[in-house]
Order: sequence, then C-alpha cells, then structure tokens
Amino acid sequence: MTIRADYLGMTLTLEDLENENLPYFRYCAAHDFHLQRCVACDLIHYPPGAACPWCGGAENEWVAVEGKGAVHSYNEVHHAIQPAFKAHTPYMVLLVDLDIQKGQPSEHEAIRVVGNLTTADGTLAPPEMVKRVGIGTRVRMVFADVEEGFAIPHWTIDEDADQPEPWRYPQE
Amino acid sequence: MSSSAETDGTTPKYLRDKYAIVGVGETPYVRGSGRTTRALGVEAVRNAMADAGLDNTEVDGMLSYSSGDSTFAPFIAGDLGIRLNFYMDCFGGGSSTEALIGIAIGVIEAGMCKTVAIFRAMNGYSQVRIGGTGARSAAPIVGDQIHQRAYGWQSAGQMFAPTFMRHMYDYGTTPEQIAMVKVIHSEHASNNPKAYYKQRYTVDDVVNSRIIVKPLHLLDCCVETDSATCIIVTRAERARDCRHHPVLIQAVAGRVNKPRMDLHYQAGPISTVAGHYAKDILWPNAGVGPEDIDITGSYDAFTFTTMLQLEDYGFCKKGEGGEYVSNGTMRLGGARPNNTSGGHLCEGYTHGMNMVIENTRQLRRDIDDSCPIGPDGKRQHTYDYGEGGCRQVKDPELTANLGWAMPGTGSAMVMRRG
Repeated sequence: MTIRADYLGMTLTLEDLENENLPYFRYCAAHDFHLQRCVACDLIHYPPGAACPWCGGAENEWVAVEGKGAVHSYNEVHHAIQPAFKAHTPYMVLLVDLDIQKGQPSEHEAIRVVGNLTTADGTLAPPEMVKRVGIGTRVRMVFADVEEGFAIPHWTIDEDADQPEPWRYPQE
Repeated sequence: MSSSAETDGTTPKYLRDKYAIVGVGETPYVRGSGRTTRALGVEAVRNAMADAGLDNTEVDGMLSYSSGDSTFAPFIAGDLGIRLNFYMDCFGGGSSTEALIGIAIGVIEAGMCKTVAIFRAMNGYSQVRIGGTGARSAAPIVGDQIHQRAYGWQSAGQMFAPTFMRHMYDYGTTPEQIAMVKVIHSEHASNNPKAYYKQRYTVDDVVNSRIIVKPLHLLDCCVETDSATCIIVTRAERARDCRHHPVLIQAVAGRVNKPRMDLHYQAGPISTVAGHYAKDILWPNAGVGPEDIDITGSYDAFTFTTMLQLEDYGFCKKGEGGEYVSNGTMRLGGARPNNTSGGHLCEGYTHGMNMVIENTRQLRRDIDDSCPIGPDGKRQHTYDYGEGGCRQVKDPELTANLGWAMPGTGSAMVMRRG
C-alpha cells in the first residue's frame, strides 16, 4: 500500500513497489537501523538499492547496523530553498562515516549516511547546537517519526563519546 | 603526464582535428525575456547559422538538452525552414555541451547527417529557476528522493557543498582563495558588453556577502538568466567554406562519471571530482596536456566548481587549486585566463554553452569586446585589460573547456585554431 505522509509540511511518498525503500523505512520506524548486505561480497551499502554498488551482486540481506560514526563533511544552510525548512535555518546536512566498514572497500570509503543535525528526539537542531558540530564530530543516529511504519534517520551529537575539536568552516 | 601519452579513450584519435565549430550564436542574457524558449531557441540558431554563413538547407542535424524546461529540436528546426535528417533532445544540464558536441561528431561520422546545430534554450530566471526555487521547491518527494530532499538537501549548492567543504578540510583551501574566482571572472565580465553583471567585485565583497549554504556566499553562486545559445558542428573540410577562421575539435570527453555517480559521496575521496577520470580520456585524445593550453573555460556554477575542475584536470597539483585560482594565472593577461566572458558567475547561465562559444571566438581572435572596429571590419584589439577594455587573449592556439554537471559527472573538450 502506498505510503503518503506529511513531514515538516513536505509530502513524502513511497509507492508499494518500493521494495528496497519500504523495508528500510519500516526498520527506521522501529528505531532500528538496517541496511542491505551483499550476499556475494559481504559489503553493506547505502542508500537502499536494487543491487550491490561494489560488486553488482543481485542478492542481499537486511542486517542491523550500529548508527554511530563521525562527520565526514557537512553543509550548513542559511538560505533555505524548500518552504518546509525556511523556519529552521540555519540547519545542517551531515554526511556521516559509519564506524562499521570504515576504510572499505578502499581507504577512501565508508558507508556515508545522510541526516540532519537534530536533538535527541529528532527535531532539527537549534543554532547553538549547530555551532558545536563540524568535520570529526562524533554522532549517533536518532529518528524522526513521520507516521506509522515510516520514520527517517537523523544524527545528534554523541554526548557519551570523546569529542575531537571539530573542523568548522572558518567564517562564522 | 606526457603530452604524447597514448591510452584508450572514447574518441579514436583519427578524428582529432577532423571536425570544427563553424558557427556560434546567442540571445541577450536577460532576466525576463518575455518570450518562449521556442522563440529564444529560434533566434540563437538563426544567429549561429548567420555567424557560420550557412543557410537553412545546409543544416540537417539538431541536438538539444534540457530538463523539462525547453522546446524540442523539431519545433526550432521547423520555424527556421530546416528539414532534419537527424535530431535528438537529451535530458541534462551542465556538462551536456561538450558531450553533445561529441555526439554531433559521431552522427556525422556515421553518415546520418552533415551539419549539426546544438542549442540550449531556457528561461532560467523567469520560468524554471535553476536554483530550484519556486514551484519545484515544494514538489512532492517520492521514493529515492526522500534520502536527499527530506533533509533539505536539494539545490545544486546544497548538494555540492559537502565536496567543497571537504576540499577545504583536506587541503586547507581558504574562502579568500576561492573568492578570487568571482573577482577574476567579474573583471573579465566588465570587458564583455553582453554580460548580465558587468560590475567588478573584490575578495571582501565576496566573503562579506551573505551565506547561502556554507561554504557558499551569495557571490560564490552563479547568476540565473533567460537565454538561448547555439553551436554548429561540421566536418573540418566544410568549415573552410564558412565565414570564420575554423576552430578544430581535438578531443571530447562526455559525461564521464566517478564511481557510483548517483551518490558519489559513497565512493572515493569526495573532494575529488569527475575530471580526475575525464582527464585520462581528454589529454591523450587531444595529444596535448594542460601545460599546452592557452585559455580554459572551467564551469563556474559556483566559484568552487572552477577550482575543483582545474585541479583535477591537472592544471595544478591535487590540493593546490586554491593557490592556482588566486595567483593571477587565470586572469586576462595571466598565463592561462579562465572564462574570459565572465562565465556563469557574471555573463549569464546557459548550462555550459557560453564558455564554449567564448573560446571559439577567442580562437578566431575576434572576441566581441568594446575595442574599435577597423577598416577591415575586424576589431582592433588593444590587449589592454583594464575595466571596459579588451578581452581578446593574444594569439591563442589551444583552449580547454571543462563542463560540470555535479561533482560526480563532467565533460570536457580541447579546441585548436585551425
């Protein structure tokens, strides 16, 4: 059944033929992060796809993945384009290197999972929190519930982790 | 890399110098054209045909690219009385120009037609905004798009920013170095009567303009305009009968991708762009290297895109792009000027076409600046690059165009004065 849901005023749609995205978001709805692992090469990949981007393998299985990592890069949006985000600037889009599989299949690679910087309850982060985060910041995954069977993953500062001094864009 | 290096590439080297750009044309760069993309496209193709000295019986192929924001080739051809033996309308934006020039060579070589007009017609300001503002910004988000747009990660600047940011982190590139791209392109635009923005800017102007999405200030972002542009490609032997000195195509690389272009942030160093791969096709096919190039046209959707491409095509060492774009090399009068028209940052936004048009005119040594026209009908270039002055580079022989769609996809072309 097609899911059509409102999130921050945006209409998100998942058709019932979304056989890769539907399970992904269903796991997210249980606040349980799962990704596809290729049966042929054993590598995990993201986002959900029809086959393995590393080896082309067609078969995969869903596996639980720990949502912890460090910020690989980011942007910080001060002029929102989408109406949904106009009231939330500045907001951050984080590209996070997961700890699992970092440095695979090559030293320059990792599973890099996108999310906004949010508070622990999945709400877009306030400006003072945005200023604490940069490249290197340790983060943990949290979820924003959209509706039954549908949540999207985000990132919040991992307050239990040893935090390096983050690299931030030099102009504040 | 040795300039004589021979590696496998997409263009068989026997096609080097066998094809030429014989006509270029455009409409004015404006905001609010008050005309349809059909009317704009017809004018640009007509201007390019006149520039080439070709009539409507001599153009029989047409290519265009768009993203649902333009008019298809058969309508443009019909309005010009052109009977087509071949046409194709492709989906895409930046990096299409050089790729379609390569396709034009291919279809002529295949005997499908003789002369191809490539056009891009867009009301990029008054109809479909390239920055994604307006109706498109509030469109429903479906399927795979959720992984990006639901995070407010949608516009080109938002999407490319992690690559720009990581380059600063990896190599110490500074905002002031990058701002020099805008400074230099604005100097060039001040000598271009066609440019939408002719004002010269300083580094302070750029880094003090408001932040759009870090690390991009307003003045790091290109202009949105309404315009159409056209480039006509034919065989070199036919070019000799055309109006202008022939400009020969030495090599093209078209829509070369990083691994996993659909989400290139998953693969390899994200501060490296598609030019890293395209250069291994471009330079061997051209038979020259970056050190041989007199003028570059490096796509400037943003200041950073110019820098990243110049670096990854080998105009400087990896990581030294910030130094390269700020040391004066790419200024008119410098060793290798870049985007002498002012490019997308200042002249107007055409998804890459205007940078190829500019380099074509540079190689004809007949750039359309404000220098006086002599008794032979040609401009008497002064090579005084002061504001409002000349923008003709002295005696250029070789140019390189580096087209950008996104960090993961790029196209390129080397041209030579015939």
